[in-house]
Amino acid sequence: MQKRLANWGNYPAIASEESTFTQEEQLRSFVSDNHELIARGNGRCYGDASLGKHSISMLKYDKVLLFDTQKGILETQAGVTLDQLLDIIVPKGWFLPITPGTKFITIGGAVASDVHGKNHHVDGAFSNHIIDMDVITGTGETVTCSPTQHTELFWATCGGMGLTGVITRVKFDLKKIETAYIKQTQIKAKNLEDVIRLFEEYKHYTYSMAWIDCLKKGDAFGRSILIVGEHAQPAELNDKQRKAPLTLPAKRKLTIPFNLPSFILNTLTVKIFNWLYYNKNLKREINNVVPYEPFFYPLDAILHWNRGYGKAGFVQYQFVLPLEHKDGLVAILKRISDKGWGSFLAVLKVFGNQDSLISFPMEGYTLALDFPVRKGLFEFLDELDEIVLQYGGRLYLSKDARMKQEVFWKSYPNAEKFASIVQQYNPDKRFTSLQSERLLLTK
Amino acid sequence: MASVLILGAGSDMAVAIAREFAAKKYDILLAARNSNALIPLQQDLQIRFDIKASVHDFDALAFDTHAAFYNNLPQVPDITICVFGYLGEQEKAEQNWDETARIIHTNYTGAVSILNIVAESYAASGKGLIVGISSVAGERGRMSNYIYGSAKAGFTAYLSGLRNRLFHKGIHVMSVQPGFVNTRMTQHLKLPPVITAQPEDVAVAIYKGVMKKKNTLYVKWHWRYIMLIITSIPEGIFKKLKL
Ligand SMILES: Cc1cc2nc3c(=O)[nH]c(=O)nc-3n(C[C@H](O)[C@H](O)[C@H](O)COP(=O)(O)OP(=O)(O)OC[C@H]3O[C@@H](n4cnc5c(N)ncnc54)[C@H](O)[C@@H]3O)c2cc1C
Ligand SMILES: NC(=O)c1ccc[n+]([C@@H]2O[C@H](COP(=O)([O-])OP(=O)(O)OC[C@H]3O[C@@H](n4cnc5c(N)ncnc54)[C@H](OP(=O)(O)O)[C@@H]3O)[C@@H](O)[C@H]2O)c1
Repeated sequence: MQKRLANWGNYPAIASEESTFTQEEQLRSFVSDNHELIARGNGRCYGDASLGKHSISMLKYDKVLLFDTQKGILETQAGVTLDQLLDIIVPKGWFLPITPGTKFITIGGAVASDVHGKNHHVDGAFSNHIIDMDVITGTGETVTCSPTQHTELFWATCGGMGLTGVITRVKFDLKKIETAYIKQTQIKAKNLEDVIRLFEEYKHYTYSMAWIDCLKKGDAFGRSILIVGEHAQPAELNDKQRKAPLTLPAKRKLTIPFNLPSFILNTLTVKIFNWLYYNKNLKREINNVVPYEPFFYPLDAILHWNRGYGKAGFVQYQFVLPLEHKDGLVAILKRISDKGWGSFLAVLKVFGNQDSLISFPMEGYTLALDFPVRKGLFEFLDELDEIVLQYGGRLYLSKDARMKQEVFWKSYPNAEKFASIVQQYNPDKRFTSLQSERLLLTK
Repeated sequence: MASVLILGAGSDMAVAIAREFAAKKYDILLAARNSNALIPLQQDLQIRFDIKASVHDFDALAFDTHAAFYNNLPQVPDITICVFGYLGEQEKAEQNWDETARIIHTNYTGAVSILNIVAESYAASGKGLIVGISSVAGERGRMSNYIYGSAKAGFTAYLSGLRNRLFHKGIHVMSVQPGFVNTRMTQHLKLPPVITAQPEDVAVAIYKGVMKKKNTLYVKWHWRYIMLIITSIPEGIFKKLKL
């Protein structure tokens, strides 16, 4: 059926023919009979990566196939979402090895973007935890690949944005937990230098990230709150929590029902941040135990918060700079702050070393913030891209909706190799997205 | 443990129904033409809901296998839900008896064949509950799908008669009259969102309907009124419309 589709940023929006399937056979014959296909998970990438002429909705292909509660291994069809998996594994004492800042993504999307969490410096990206997976390639066959079999396909599929084919099944490791809670520490940082120093100081923590105030100027430029955490031990819970350490109290969800003018979201985040910064964190450092949900998914409590950016939509700008050029962060953030077009808050995280083909992370710092779409924005972001390139950084494809092709080709050192593997498994460009055409990956 | 038999278990609606009942801790017996294809669903139900699920071969059109199918089930299901159906292609069916026969025999004859057997077993033990998924298409024949519609009309009448009979044995029969549901059957159609249900809506409505022993269930309240209007248009006018 012809549908209007847009991903999380509501930009761009296109008309696409959407198909669903529940059996692998149905999918295989669909792939053989059609062209200009792209797999789509839950549309939580921000830009145009899962938009194409024919979109293959994975959401009905959502069966959990195996859960080894002794060894902590899960095997699922690719369309199941992380929120469903958490409901299954947490009560049994297991957690996702890697999780992005929303639980409303599919396992296929986690692989295709090779997602990172707040623990990249300790646990790497999602690809680091895959045992094996199946991909229906452009030649219509199902190929099982892993770090030891069909390795080229494996590495071109992790972070490969759906261009090698449709991921149908993934088997991966879980992380053992004793409780569904996180022992977190929030630390106030006076400015950007301060927060980077704190990241170093707290790097032995499994989870870390910082909220940065992008508007503050002068000495307090880049003032932030660093949040670090560990899975809590039963002894660290209060009596009530300890009675059922693996169960979270039920919560209500808020929904933003329609598009709001974009200043509202900014006003709201300003208020929340200031409240945290000035009131809650009176002391420089605060320690407490919180359920895993607000720790990992603070934004998920407000469903469809993206509508807060209004009709025109927004883009999220996420880049990484290598460790040796972390000073570049100051330069870039200054440009953003002077322009005053970005969201009030940015998220800063640290990445450890990652040795993969086309995934986004590299050892260094990554910053992400939102820009409501407006006249002149893309020209401005092109300027930022230039600076990112100068510092040897790159942009996250999963957030991207507008990067120029040369920026991609210059900043991803394995782009050629990736394109040639895509060519091998997707020879007649059966899989192609707006993004892959824009970046000349499948043109 | 109470159990539910789902006939035609591979469809989107059936998956949603299976998950709804499994979440309420029913064991699930899944039956479809190709039971191998149901194994992922079987595993999924067992892992998600800590219940027992099993798979069974069942072809609605193979009438003479129905008794053996039912007798070989590992247990007598407390609830039987008949979900399978075949929309077919109206225009093709107008010229092609095989297509017409398949529509009639899937939606009507096959359903009657298996439910006769289930009804006998439930009547004999005085226990059990039957749910049949028919369609609003059976409430008035329209040019665009009257072969399917007439088979569903037959099925609806069968269910109401069965309900009448089994009431006296303490057994309940519920008819489900879905309007538009967003499934593979309808994925090529443009359905109006307000009156289109998701498979999960149907599943929740069925579970609640079973608990309340409803007789006839419409999913999305609009449909009761839409059908009231459609069935009350005088035939002289109705026949001139192109519906
Ligand atoms: C609030 C929020 C916070 C986020 N935080 C993070 C974060 O911390 N870290 C991070 O890494 N990302 C983050 N993301 C991005 C998100 O995790 C990724 O974009 C993810 O890929 C989305 O998955 P999806 O299932 O929604 O897939 P989609 O958005 O539909 O698709 C994303 C890509 O995956 C491909 N794809 C999807 N399924 C398949 C499949 N079965 N086979 C082949 N290709 C497939 C698509 O073609 C597309 O290229 C965040 C997003 C949001 C909205
Ligand atoms: N979707 C709607 O808008 C709508 C509206 C009103 C009523 N309904 C009714 O709701 C029920 C479910 O519909 P759906 O939309 O989910 O349809 P669907 O996607 O077309 O699924 C139909 C199911 O029936 C099964 N089936 C067909 N022939 C069979 C046979 N000979 N033996 C056993 N199983 C057979 C199919 O099994 P396989 O998997 O083996 O093919 C499939 O699982 C049907 O009775 C339908 O008539 C649907």
